[in-house]
Amino acid sequence: MNNNLIEVRDLVKHFEVSGGLFSRTKKVIKAVDGIDFDIKTGETLGLVGQSGCGKTTTARALCLLDPKTSGTVNFFNPDRQKMESIDNIDEDGKRTFRRNMQMIFQDPYESLNPRWTIKDIIKEPLDIHNIGALNDREEAVIEILRTVGLTPPENYLARYPHEISGGQRQRVSIARTLIMKPKFVICDEPTSMLDVSIRISIMDLMLNLAKDLDVSYLYITHDLAVARYMCNRIAVMFNGKIVEIAETEELLKNPIHPYTKRLISSIPIPDPSYIREKYQINYDELEEIILKNPDKKMIDVGNEHFVASHDTKDYLFES
Amino acid sequence: MSNILEVKNLTMYYETIDGNVDAVKNISFNVKAGESFGIVGESGCGKTSVAMSLLQLQAENGKISNGSILFDGIELVGKSENDLRKIRWDGISIVFQGAMNAWNPVVKVGEQIREAMREHSPESTKLQNTEKINELFSMVGLDSSVADRFPHELSGGMKQRAIIALALSCDPKLVIADEPTTALDVVIQDQILSEIKKVQDLLGLSLIYISHDIAVIAEMTDKIAVMYAGSIVEMGPTSEVFKSPQHSYTQALLDSTPSIKGEKKKLRSLEGEPPSLIDKIDGCTFAPRCPDRETKCNPSQHMQLIEVSPEHFVDICSIGKESK
Amino acid sequence: MENINEKEIAKSLRREAIKKNWRLFKQSRLGMVGLYIVFFFFLLTILQPILFITGMWDESTYNPVVGYVDQTQDFLIVECPKEFPTEKYQKRSDCPGRNEVNVKTLFYADGEVGETIQLNLQPAPPSRRHILGTDSLGRDVFSQIMEGSQVAFLLGILSATLGVGISTILGTIAAFFGGKIDAYLMRQSDLVLMLPTLPLLFIISAFAELKIWHLAVVLGLIGGLGGTVITIKSQALQVKVKPFVDSARITGGSQMKILFSHVLPNVAPIALLFMVFSVTGAIASESVLSFLGLLNIEMSWGLMIYLAQVEGYIFSGLKFWWLILPAGLSVTFLTGGFYLVGRGLDEVFNPRLRKR
Repeated sequence: MNNNLIEVRDLVKHFEVSGGLFSRTKKVIKAVDGIDFDIKTGETLGLVGQSGCGKTTTARALCLLDPKTSGTVNFFNPDRQKMESIDNIDEDGKRTFRRNMQMIFQDPYESLNPRWTIKDIIKEPLDIHNIGALNDREEAVIEILRTVGLTPPENYLARYPHEISGGQRQRVSIARTLIMKPKFVICDEPTSMLDVSIRISIMDLMLNLAKDLDVSYLYITHDLAVARYMCNRIAVMFNGKIVEIAETEELLKNPIHPYTKRLISSIPIPDPSYIREKYQINYDELEEIILKNPDKKMIDVGNEHFVASHDTKDYLFES
Repeated sequence: MSNILEVKNLTMYYETIDGNVDAVKNISFNVKAGESFGIVGESGCGKTSVAMSLLQLQAENGKISNGSILFDGIELVGKSENDLRKIRWDGISIVFQGAMNAWNPVVKVGEQIREAMREHSPESTKLQNTEKINELFSMVGLDSSVADRFPHELSGGMKQRAIIALALSCDPKLVIADEPTTALDVVIQDQILSEIKKVQDLLGLSLIYISHDIAVIAEMTDKIAVMYAGSIVEMGPTSEVFKSPQHSYTQALLDSTPSIKGEKKKLRSLEGEPPSLIDKIDGCTFAPRCPDRETKCNPSQHMQLIEVSPEHFVDICSIGKESK
Repeated sequence: MENINEKEIAKSLRREAIKKNWRLFKQSRLGMVGLYIVFFFFLLTILQPILFITGMWDESTYNPVVGYVDQTQDFLIVECPKEFPTEKYQKRSDCPGRNEVNVKTLFYADGEVGETIQLNLQPAPPSRRHILGTDSLGRDVFSQIMEGSQVAFLLGILSATLGVGISTILGTIAAFFGGKIDAYLMRQSDLVLMLPTLPLLFIISAFAELKIWHLAVVLGLIGGLGGTVITIKSQALQVKVKPFVDSARITGGSQMKILFSHVLPNVAPIALLFMVFSVTGAIASESVLSFLGLLNIEMSWGLMIYLAQVEGYIFSGLKFWWLILPAGLSVTFLTGGFYLVGRGLDEVFNPRLRKR
């Protein structure tokens, strides 16, 4: 049985930029240029790429912050037990979608409203969707504060964001995100602005919650090492396209696309005795595979491992 | 090999509205000629303050209350602004965090480098300077045409390389690099790091590399100092500190760094957060978070570096602890 | 039990925050000077009713509007010579003498040189009874200053509140909804910005009798629909793209709810700043209008100077200084004071401006 939670097909997001003061033509920036991926229930898919590759744009299109240019996004509606497309659903379906989809942002300082108390911030989703009796809502806030490790919860309810630290703020973000027990959470580099010594605790918290609440994550990061720690599968994105997607260890052990190989070989290793090999860009392996599968956009090389066939040679390695 | 830099008992604080904040507490370290010295630590540990104070470039409310900084035998603490200006860029140059944005947007890149050269070696001719710029650019992997471009025409990676060229333009003996590649993509970072290494070998430069990225420090440095809340907790040759870290904080840092190579090991995290420096802490600054606090710790003990093996120093609290 | 703890902690944190903000404000020397000035005038504002209520001041004597003094005295009309000394007068300041009046300074009475004429002793210079003297009608100047202070505060705060209230809502709406609404509001702002305020007020005063309340509303509207909208809109735009607004949108909050509960509260600090600055404009406008006699108002600082000018005392140099200087200096200092408070507040809200 297909236990896909999200199915994305040919997602495209273009931005129009005017060509200049007197230019009539508009330049089109293809931030996301036709990507496909699925996320199963309870799995964490990593979206890895460098800045400008389109990963944040993808996230924003998925949660309807910015409208997509084209493509389909299907999600599994738990109330109706079937896959529905975001484009043509009724109000009810849309509300279900919003209840089950959340996002954790990168900047712990800007993702909480500085004028709201912690209690109100975490309670807001419940108020928007009118879940539970009013008295129970505060109980739920206290409960989730305990779950994310902010104890004693009562100390935090009346505080303002600037009165707690960065790591605590990120926990509040997580609490707010998970209070409605959504099925799908997009995480946009949630630990990159935190101190190194506390990153793991936040990531472990997210992993535990994923297990306990059966949540799927789309984990966006530029750091493959972090993706390895967090994700079951990783999709590598470059210039608006997914170039490779596979299970984590498979991708790291057996990368096929030259970009992936280049990426992996560029990452510094925290071991002074390890000598990194410089990767010489080499398209031979990929071209062989493309030849055998001439018509496919994403080629299945077995073991749930897919490689993109489109041409990236021209713009791959500028500096 | 002689020491190009000797820092002894450097202590620095900032005057703020909430009181005096001790940023750097009694730091001592040496950098040999041609050596690459890394300072690693998290936010608030004082590493940037150390970098700035080496060139007396700290903020207006930053004051050095104690200590000496000997550069090539010259004492820098207490020197006049005029004298310091001669040493800056000529003897010691610095690549700041976010240096990419340090370019003047309305002046061509080459001209800005020329400006620095004119300031420090007024006798050299325009031709000599141009040749030098071309040489530097080829060293960092830039085409010589970049000199005629404006900063906004260059990509992030190119700007950063140009900054490195700028830092090398007056033949410094020591270059301080404060998180020079933080905002860059990992592929470009890799290129730039190898350029830095190449240049260092070529010119025999000494390098102080400051970062919170353990992996980069591992690859770029010969010797490192681990800083926490204003003090050095461990210092020694990079390979040795990584192989057998003595201090609990160093161990925790290493154990919390995910890697793409090797077995997928269980990582651990420290509880709590790095302290706000406003709270004055007597004795060990790391004690509140130290996982070994229960077993062998005297939190009120004054922090002090003890040599445990040749060139390998660790805070006195870790003496007698087994390495993991 | 839990609730008490929560409130205790909240209260103590709040107290600390207020103390910190106060310390920041204290650091700004400009802000503190401004605050002292404003506080001084505020004291004046409440001093007058206190004096009246406690009976320290007799209403009939000290009322700034109707405390007329009717005291006449016989004066001999003389003509002061052009050159000194003459046989009657040694120096210029001897003429006119104590019971004499120079024919040239007679405005309201006709008389020939040599005649005796009955004139008021007013305006009288500062004396023990009237510490700032009296005006031409015998009304106590100090009382008038205090009355003017009340007017200034009232007018300033009313028009500032109205103006900033309007511009905050409009600016936030423009930023939030964009499109045609934004375009319209920006054009409206441009239009209002182009209008010269004072000439507009002159025209209005020609059609309608302007009382102080009317002036407050007009100034509030002009201020509210004008350039401040643009600045607040830019601030609101910055708030709109912050992740916490995105978060609310993702969760499914309605537009209006997000506008009022997320964006507006974050625009408030800068709106407060504008409010303080716009008080200065309001007070200054009032004094100009009163000075030109266009306001239907019983007493204000501008009116004091207007009366002094209309009755010709301005041209006598500093001889009748108490009719001009207190009022003029009051306007200058109070507007300056509010401006400095705004500068001080700016340092609190804008961490980059702080010295540390």
